[in-house]
Amino acid sequence: MIEIDIVKKLHGVEKDMLLKVDIQIEDESFIAISGVSGSGKTTLLRILAGLETAEGYIKVDGEVWLDTHSFKPIQQREIGFVFQDYALFPNMTVEEHLLFVQKDKKLALELLEMTGLDALAKRKPFTLSGGQQQRVNLCRAMMRRPKVLLMDEPLSALDIAMRLKLQNEIKALHERFKTTTLMVSHDPSEIYHMAKRVIVLKSGKIVDDGMPKEVLLKTSGSAKFSFEGRIIDIVQADVIYIAIIAIGQQLTEIVVTPEEIQDMTIGQKVSISTKAFSPLVQYHYRTN
Amino acid sequence: MIEVLQHLDLTPFVLSFKLALFTTIILFLLSVPLAWYLSQTDSEIKPFLEAMTALPLVLPPSVLGFYILISLSTQSPIGAFFEEIFDIKLLFSFTGLVLASCIYSLPFMVQPIQGGFETLHRPMLEASYIAGKSRFETLLRVALPNIKPALLTGIIITFAHTVGEFGVILMVGGSIPHETKVASVAIYEMVEMMDYTAAHIYSALMVLMSFLVLLGVYVFNAKQTAKIGRFHR
Repeated sequence: MIEIDIVKKLHGVEKDMLLKVDIQIEDESFIAISGVSGSGKTTLLRILAGLETAEGYIKVDGEVWLDTHSFKPIQQREIGFVFQDYALFPNMTVEEHLLFVQKDKKLALELLEMTGLDALAKRKPFTLSGGQQQRVNLCRAMMRRPKVLLMDEPLSALDIAMRLKLQNEIKALHERFKTTTLMVSHDPSEIYHMAKRVIVLKSGKIVDDGMPKEVLLKTSGSAKFSFEGRIIDIVQADVIYIAIIAIGQQLTEIVVTPEEIQDMTIGQKVSISTKAFSPLVQYHYRTN
Repeated sequence: MIEVLQHLDLTPFVLSFKLALFTTIILFLLSVPLAWYLSQTDSEIKPFLEAMTALPLVLPPSVLGFYILISLSTQSPIGAFFEEIFDIKLLFSFTGLVLASCIYSLPFMVQPIQGGFETLHRPMLEASYIAGKSRFETLLRVALPNIKPALLTGIIITFAHTVGEFGVILMVGGSIPHETKVASVAIYEMVEMMDYTAAHIYSALMVLMSFLVLLGVYVFNAKQTAKIGRFHR
């Protein structure tokens, strides 16, 4: 059980804010931390790791890691940390990264086999792909048999196919070692696929906390689909108007009435939602 | 010309290289911890320490030499201490030259190494702490092996700079043959005595050796950067 009740003043890009987190985390759980950038997600992980300090307390299995009188040094906290940009040691081979943490050859071999790195054990990091480097980062974090595994957007630098592969490997590692895990992620499908609980931070405060199904599937009203988009153009076609709206990378044409365009301007942010229809799900041929 | 070459006294060169070697070894051992501290600290005394370290870069050698001269003399506490405890006279001796060179060449060792440490990706060091390693072990096993080009630059520049030292040496060591008369001082004296042939030979040797050493450093660094450069920010 991890008990966290901390406050820390953060100097944001626009204004200062207060990171205020009060949560309890069950053993062996897999938790995603979500929220827009600058909401304090990474800082929370760094405070847990001991890389930064804060007011309040952190207790792990009844042992105090942080309170007003004490601060357990980073080296003595049994944690694993998966950095977003790998943070590997250029002077060490894959195998040396793992044995640097702990001289446990059996565990190292098991981790390398689980992540398919065993054939690359003697390679230096600069000869590896992004996905392979992130696996080394992950294995290195697991070598201490940590009580808590902290992952800071571990998959955000990878392409979709690699992301899915690594999601499954992380899940397999979690099932094998039962390490309590906190993962910062922006990707709803990733959170849904991996986490049992999701905590949403906004400007340093927890604004949502629950099962991914409850938190992620919430949409306003009774709409079945809801997308955020931006109006690119509005063109007239006979008696109706067509709004060209960009949803992410995709442009769509939406029919709007003359009354509706009264309140619309080009460049405006809008939400597009629909209900009461049966959508078609088609298999997408993978090109890669 | 051939006669001059036959009678060429190489002792000043040997002395120059001995001085440079001792200075480089001592400064390397002192500068690694200092540079590591400077690169990692946010302390308020950092700018003060950095300014102190860089001072020999901007001071005229005569100013530096003058103060070293005064502080090493037997009338000063430092000079008296060395004379009483170790029975070593620092002024106009080789030991005194090594001490003066260490002060004079300090920034040439500290600055490249500090620069090297500062380019290291911070999460990489944090990963080592999280792996349970102390600051000292992180320095030895993670930081130092990944700044080899900076270490080599520091070593070579310090060595070369000490070989090329003139003003401070003349003030602190004078020109005692086989003790403090190094190559740069010997050349100065040759020119003063209008012995241009010997001065030419000595000078040409200095130019050639210095160029080859620097060339070696740049070739090595180019290779290292090509190899692991993309891991540094």
